[in-house]
Amino acid sequence: MTHRHPITDEELHAYVDGQLPEDRVCEVEEYVAAHPEAASRVASWRAQAAMIREKWGKVVDEPLPERLRPGGIGRRPRELGRKLAVAAALAFAFGAAAGWFGRDFLLGGRDGEIARALADAAIEAHRIYVVEVRHPIEVRADEAHLVPWLSRRVGHLLKAPDLAPEGLKLLGGRLISGPHGIATAFFMYEGGTGERVTLTTARTMREGETAFQWRAAGDIGAVAWIEGGLAFVVAGPAERARLDRVARRVFDAYELASNQRE
Amino acid sequence: MAELTYAMESAMSAVRRGLEPLIPALRRFARALARDAEAADDLVQDTLVRALRAEHLFHGGDLRTWLFTILLNLDRNRRRGLARRPLHAVIEESDPPGDPVSDGSSRDIARGLALLPAEQREVLLLVTLEGMSYREAAETQGVPIGTVMSRLSRARATLREHLEEGLPPLRRVQ
Repeated sequence: MTHRHPITDEELHAYVDGQLPEDRVCEVEEYVAAHPEAASRVASWRAQAAMIREKWGKVVDEPLPERLRPGGIGRRPRELGRKLAVAAALAFAFGAAAGWFGRDFLLGGRDGEIARALADAAIEAHRIYVVEVRHPIEVRADEAHLVPWLSRRVGHLLKAPDLAPEGLKLLGGRLISGPHGIATAFFMYEGGTGERVTLTTARTMREGETAFQWRAAGDIGAVAWIEGGLAFVVAGPAERARLDRVARRVFDAYELASNQRE
Repeated sequence: MAELTYAMESAMSAVRRGLEPLIPALRRFARALARDAEAADDLVQDTLVRALRAEHLFHGGDLRTWLFTILLNLDRNRRRGLARRPLHAVIEESDPPGDPVSDGSSRDIARGLALLPAEQREVLLLVTLEGMSYREAAETQGVPIGTVMSRLSRARATLREHLEEGLPPLRRVQ
């Protein structure tokens, strides 16, 4: 069979992919009908495409995990009150909290374990850096790249909440190595009397949420929780009521940001 | 001080609005590329973070190809990391037990794709799974259309050999 133009390999692909100019479709169809070899290639390519679509096409119908919703679309309002009530029940059983939620996270297993592991790392970092007079932080609060830099390293959008209502001023932050060496953001705040409070944040693999959990080591106390794909620890002088208030401010600031993105 | 939230927060909305409807497709593409669902979602999340951070670098044009380009670049970085690990860690991660479509053919298409050079696999998935035009695929990969065509052609030829050797006759397509 003769054609005005020879049918090229590229046109066969375009035919299979529905990208052939309309005026060529008939000719290619005729050609394919008359050439078994071309027909078998076309059939094979179509079968490949069908298998690919069959295997992965339905991924678009799966519900998006929280961490893939930049706008927090569909994010249900958090019940902070419930959270705090559960916190009271869980606080004394901190160590036993592992398994409560039963999901695995990047940070070493279950939510409770993650919160605890990060709290320990945070307390340790707090102990090391808070006493630093000269270099308590790596990047100062007035450097615009502080939050974007830490967000990038942690792999999640972060913020350094305004804690002025608690009398705390942001000094700046640094990157620390968290549990299992995971990149962890560490923000330091200073109060009017020179006391320092730190906020430690690392990414967790899956969504989940825990109550506020209290942990103390000597004169340093910490409130830890997990929310929206991040694990948080607020650490400071072991004055629980105050740290709880700070933790709530941090929680609210992230909550507000995610609501604003809707 | 209160402004010390995300530096990009206020400026983000334009890209974010355009980006959200594209997330399921990015996820689909990443799943086929990375095979492991968790790794795929990491890839998408990293893509979103990168896109939102780099919003100022997006000056109009096709948001979809821009996002897929970011995803491809991140996937290349990811694979460079994986290359330092034992090979079986990459190959065995597919098809968790109980996967409803782990019949012979779909498992085999995954295995066949895994045999392809990355740039050929990318093109084939962009065109067949994402329905991109050759021009869009070229833009996404940052290569001329001719390169897209030759990659596509080689990908399909290799895959055909793989499928027709290892499998009962091709399944009938509607």
